[in-house]
Amino acid sequence: MSSAKGFAGAVKSVLQELLSYKSGVVGLLLLGFLVALSIYAVTTIPMEKAIAMWRSGGTMWLENPRLAPPEWIQFFVGKNLPKTMVFNSVNKTSIIVGDGVKKIHIEFVFYYPYDDFPSELNMFFTANFSRQLGTPKINILWIKPSGDEVNVTSFSTYSSTFSFYFVTDPVTEAFTSYIRQRYGIEPSYMITNMQLLFGKFTPESLRAGRMSVEKGVYKAIVDATLFGQDSDLDCKMVVYGTVYGIAGTDHLRRPLEIALLWGAPIALAFGLTASLVTTFAEMIIATISGYYGGVLDSIIQRVTEIYMVLPFLPFLILISVFYGLNIWTLLAVIIVLSIFGPGIKSTRALVMQIKEYPYVEAAKTYGASNMRIIFMYIIPKILPPIVPGLIAAVPSYVFLEAALAFLGLGDPSLPTWGKVINDAFENGALYKGYFYWVLEPSALLVVTGLAFALLGFALDRIVNPRLREM
Amino acid sequence: MDESKLSRMYAGFVKFVLKRFIVLYLTVVIAVYATILVANMGGKVDEIVIGDIRMSVAQMVNQNPLYKGLPGDQRAKLIEEMVQQEIKRRGLDTPFYVRSLIYLKDALTLDLGRALVLRSDSGSMYVKNIILERLPNTVMLFTTVTVINFFLHLFIGLYLSRHYGSLLDKISVALAPTSVIPGWFYGIFLILIFYSWLHVLPPGGLVDVPPPDNPVDYALSVLKHMILPMLSWIISGFFLGIYSNRTFFLIFSTEDYVEAAKAKGLPPRMIETRYILRPTLPPIVTNFALSLVGSWGGAIITETVFNWPGLGLVTYNAISSFDTPVIVGITVIYAYLLMITVLVLDIIYAWLDPRIKIQFR
Repeated sequence: MSSAKGFAGAVKSVLQELLSYKSGVVGLLLLGFLVALSIYAVTTIPMEKAIAMWRSGGTMWLENPRLAPPEWIQFFVGKNLPKTMVFNSVNKTSIIVGDGVKKIHIEFVFYYPYDDFPSELNMFFTANFSRQLGTPKINILWIKPSGDEVNVTSFSTYSSTFSFYFVTDPVTEAFTSYIRQRYGIEPSYMITNMQLLFGKFTPESLRAGRMSVEKGVYKAIVDATLFGQDSDLDCKMVVYGTVYGIAGTDHLRRPLEIALLWGAPIALAFGLTASLVTTFAEMIIATISGYYGGVLDSIIQRVTEIYMVLPFLPFLILISVFYGLNIWTLLAVIIVLSIFGPGIKSTRALVMQIKEYPYVEAAKTYGASNMRIIFMYIIPKILPPIVPGLIAAVPSYVFLEAALAFLGLGDPSLPTWGKVINDAFENGALYKGYFYWVLEPSALLVVTGLAFALLGFALDRIVNPRLREM
Repeated sequence: MDESKLSRMYAGFVKFVLKRFIVLYLTVVIAVYATILVANMGGKVDEIVIGDIRMSVAQMVNQNPLYKGLPGDQRAKLIEEMVQQEIKRRGLDTPFYVRSLIYLKDALTLDLGRALVLRSDSGSMYVKNIILERLPNTVMLFTTVTVINFFLHLFIGLYLSRHYGSLLDKISVALAPTSVIPGWFYGIFLILIFYSWLHVLPPGGLVDVPPPDNPVDYALSVLKHMILPMLSWIISGFFLGIYSNRTFFLIFSTEDYVEAAKAKGLPPRMIETRYILRPTLPPIVTNFALSLVGSWGGAIITETVFNWPGLGLVTYNAISSFDTPVIVGITVIYAYLLMITVLVLDIIYAWLDPRIKIQFR
């Protein structure tokens, strides 16, 4: 069809012209990046899976470090920062010692090459035993590269799954008494358990509490005594790093990249839909108001004025607090609240001018219907000056969603950029120095905002030749 | 102009002002009524209030040793009686649509009543006191910023339009898109830089804790707390503000009468002030007046980010604790302020603009 061809041609020529502006090129590049990110997010992680991953709570991300910055941060720090190491009980030997007594010996041997202490060390046990015969007795021995051998703990377990956290007091006590016996000094109370486990023991460092990492081969030995033929014990040890992945983790050990990736399609869909629908609705209402005039016009104008008095943001917050909206109902409410926007006034003025043009008069005389005149003669004329505003308005909706999420009013189930910033703020990221947590989603929001703003500005110049010379 | 013509003009003008006033007032009435309906969730807030009454009465009866010996069903009856009494006392037994009209009348006559949950810092539960206590904080912060922004944008915009095409001009045009990032968002970065990293400025609040006794120190402390929120709004609006003013001036400077003045050989300074600035001032002043009123509404998110105890933060707190009277009170005051501003601007324009003036004759 010729009109479709004409439309495609127009789009092509606008695109060509867009590329002659630096801001247009940068805008298109940024937009391309966001679209690529969105496509990647949607194709690699389906939405249900993303939501499930984001809302899974503690169990799913047990093996991730808490509040770990992204791995690339070590280029700025200039140190080889520890990554998380997970060990399963492969080196397991079990011997049956007579009368239903079973001895299980698990050895974790690993090389620790990093320049900093790990953030945590946990052991997760799964045991199979019968209570009638007796509960398993477990002993954990820690052997450092220097040869220091510390009996960390001995305990009995009463449940089939349990965890042992090395940040707890018994570990501190075991190390303190070992140091007292072996070195004859009282270690500084400032030394953390991770420093006791991975630090280089010298009298000075122990007294001062300033430890350096001891690199080398470590051994953690779990010895268990179980009762009964069928009884068994397995252990998983996790040495938590201080960095994680390409985006880091949050306070619930969740990898941030899920939210950062999924934030892109949500932000684009949200911003574009809101901007498109409100702009077109405003345009049609303004055209009807300007074209028909009379009572219809004055009703529309009065409604617009009422809308201008209504406090938009408090209304939006009210509705989302009262009804606990999800993101799509939120979108609907935003659209309803901004349909009669101030844009109606300026578009109406434009329509009043176009209405008087000779070709519109001519169309009237040959008997074209009002609908035909509006949609075939007037709207195509006012569309071009509206499009740049439409594009430039996208970021305001994206930031609006982020603002609501920041106030804790966003969709609770969807991982969005605003939600991540809200989590970060609520957990004191700015005050405790977890800057990556705020900066990553912020950077993506800024990229989105700039992409559309740059495109909007470039389009504005293409459409308004008067601006081009300025 | 003869006598009768002049008096007819005055009569026309008064009629115009009156008509504008009525239309604007009706707008305010409808907007306030809409707020009352939404803020009460169409009567649902009443159910919450009645639920609260029931709970507190039950708690009171159960804790009172006097009623300890009472059997269960009698105690329930007593609670129900007291609840009904309280409902009647608060007028919650009349249907919502009747009460919504009473609310409307109260709101429009600025009889704002008592808050449900919030209290002012001095402990008052009157909505009027809560608003009056917080309004100065918001006005202090956002009016200052709006005024600073107005002059910055005006003068730098004028300067750029004069040095159109210079490097500075090009940079400002290129940076104009940075204004899509809202002020509160810049605020987060500013807190990050000036509080978390450099440790030079406070992250939020109105004054230090504890507040200094000496009034000079107090003022200085408030000023220190104002820097970051103000900066966030100045940065956010800066490049777009000067860009749009500059473009606006440029468009006006290509008008025919400016060309004519140039052709006449008038000095550039005179052209600038008389031929460009003067005719462009009305729309600029309108924008300024409207943004000034808008700023009194309080920037909810910015005040939340900086924990600034102004109207915005109160609005947010009121909404999250379902405190309907406070929400309605803030909306009414905002609506009236906006109405007065629009009316005054309308009158000034009608008087100044010859094209409108002609209608009165």
